[in-house]
Amino acid sequence: MRKNSTEKVIELENISISFGGIHAVDDASVDLHKGEVVALLGHNGAGKSTLVKILSGAYKRDAGDIRVRGELANISNPRDAKAYGIETIYQTLALADNVDTAANLFLGRELRTAWGTLDDVAMEAAAREVMGRLNPRFQRFKEPVKALSGGQRQSVAIARAIQFNAQILIMDEPTAALGPEETAQVGELIKQLKYEGISIFLVSHDIEDVFDLADRVAVMKNGQMVGSADVGSVTKDEVLGMIILGKCPPAAQKGPGAVNQ
Amino acid sequence: MADNPKEEVAGNSDGGLVARSFGVIEHGLQATARFFRATEIDTRMLGMLGALILIWVAFHFVSDGRFLTPRNLWNLSVQTASVAVMATGMVLVIVTRNIDLSVGSVLGFVAMIMAVVQVEWLPELLNRNHPAIWVIALTVGIALGAMIGALHGFIIAYMGVPAFIVTLGGLLVWRGAAWWVTSGRTVSPLDSTFRLMGGGPNGAIGAFWSWVVGGLACLLVLLLILNARRQRKRFNFPLRPVWAELFLVSTVCATVLGAVAVANSYPWPAGIVKRYIKNNNLNVEPSELFIAHGIAIPVLIAVCVGIVMTFVAKRTRFGRYVYAMGGNPEAAELAGINTKWVTTKIFITMGMLCGIAGTISTARLNAATNAQGTLDELLVIAAAVIGGTSLSGGVGTIAGAMLGAVVMQSLFSGMLLLGVDSPLQNIVAGVVLVLAVWLDGIYRRRQG
Repeated sequence: MRKNSTEKVIELENISISFGGIHAVDDASVDLHKGEVVALLGHNGAGKSTLVKILSGAYKRDAGDIRVRGELANISNPRDAKAYGIETIYQTLALADNVDTAANLFLGRELRTAWGTLDDVAMEAAAREVMGRLNPRFQRFKEPVKALSGGQRQSVAIARAIQFNAQILIMDEPTAALGPEETAQVGELIKQLKYEGISIFLVSHDIEDVFDLADRVAVMKNGQMVGSADVGSVTKDEVLGMIILGKCPPAAQKGPGAVNQ
Repeated sequence: MADNPKEEVAGNSDGGLVARSFGVIEHGLQATARFFRATEIDTRMLGMLGALILIWVAFHFVSDGRFLTPRNLWNLSVQTASVAVMATGMVLVIVTRNIDLSVGSVLGFVAMIMAVVQVEWLPELLNRNHPAIWVIALTVGIALGAMIGALHGFIIAYMGVPAFIVTLGGLLVWRGAAWWVTSGRTVSPLDSTFRLMGGGPNGAIGAFWSWVVGGLACLLVLLLILNARRQRKRFNFPLRPVWAELFLVSTVCATVLGAVAVANSYPWPAGIVKRYIKNNNLNVEPSELFIAHGIAIPVLIAVCVGIVMTFVAKRTRFGRYVYAMGGNPEAAELAGINTKWVTTKIFITMGMLCGIAGTISTARLNAATNAQGTLDELLVIAAAVIGGTSLSGGVGTIAGAMLGAVVMQSLFSGMLLLGVDSPLQNIVAGVVLVLAVWLDGIYRRRQG
């Protein structure tokens, strides 16, 4: 099932972070191959969002290494991560509600004219193009994004991530705010991006959402990695057992968070 | 927002007469909505202009026609300049969910230093009234303001002390520092060129240059609109209808030229005309000579500051970041914006504007006093808030804040004209402030 799986694009090694004495992520390791979709599963509070936020530069890790394409990467803020081609779609979407779609798409990376001023027209043109691909019926380019529907806001957040030729995409609960039809659309999009060779971390607490999309699942519990497995080699029930009980099935690669049997 | 009335009509459409009268209303609403959509006029701004005109007309009638005179309007414009300059910076501060309580004290301190520089230090190095003195004093003032702003910004952004506290401390510190410079002594008189920045018969550019400035402003508006049109054509975006563009250009130009006409119909007072005749050895009667003030230099400064700040807010990356940070600070941070540095730059800008405002107010007074700028912070914040800047962040325009400053000053100067006691003036101003924000809140909720 895995194509081009020789090259590891991301390796998170022994990552730890704690907030006020609570080990949100404890010695967790996971990797991601080129063109692969890895689903990070776990209960609310298992530490999966925190782990990917370390990769996206939103949090600074206390310990551990991040390797991008085999080389040690220095990621201490979101700008660093973007420089490595790592784009994130946050659970909260992280949109500036008071400005329009184009301003959000280019936030932090504005197009500018020869005079150094904002090239709003060029940004709007690019926004129309990318949004036309994601959400062809979308027309509300002049309005602040707070006026948009949940699905439209989601597509703005996704458009922002794929606009800049991302190599690695982190999607934190991308379908949490969406209806069934829009969820299916996001699924199609993930398949298309994977086909284009983009590697994706898909964070979710719901196994049903991601089992069909992922090549591999990695399960976290209480900040620790329970284990990871190819989707083909484990059943949904076995993955549920990993999520709920921390029980690692024989076909999976065991992590430090697995219970001893 | 235009959807609601339409739905109502649809619900009632089987009711004959009722439906028809609704239909007429609907037609009117649609026409109005179409007009506003085509011209892209900010209806909120329009409401403020309406309120201002209402205030002016009301004062005019109550004061038996003494309010809407060239003389009063000219003075009003000069009195507004200093607060309006600072209000443009306060917009950026408040948009990012900060506050600056120190602007009045910073103004006082910077003004005192500028006065000492031009009255006590420079004349010892250069000649008295040396042509460079005003430039040096102004530069020192703006640079000092920038440094104070940088200090405030650094403490707020990098050391994590809330802006309210830092600038509350600044309010006390800089007021005290202003006293310290001369042990409370008033410094006067100032350099004669420097004084031009405060207005007065000499500190205005006269009728001819006022028309030139007005003409250039009209040309600029025309070019801006043409440029925006060309840009949108480049990408085949929908264009504003031509009639809407023409309407906008002609309205703005008429307003600009009208303001110039008012400034040009306020003549020099008789005493100054007499002196002018004597100095130039003219052989005319003072009553025959009509010399117009024209636009006052401080007003020109304030308008330029407003244009530059609008440009910064709308057309630069810095401005975009300011609004994005105000809308969602976390999103701005996650988008890779260096929010701490942007915050510091905002306070540096605020400090520089305090320097400019300090120049205007000392030059107008021809003195720097220890009490200069006292309570200005409240006027500045009130101007920004009345002008539609939201304390919850993300919303506010430079033009709105300047208009807010005019509204505040109009109230004060109108009440002064009517002989209202100063305690009552404060009561009215306070009530108006609360009322304005309340109405604005209702408006915004209805807009959704």
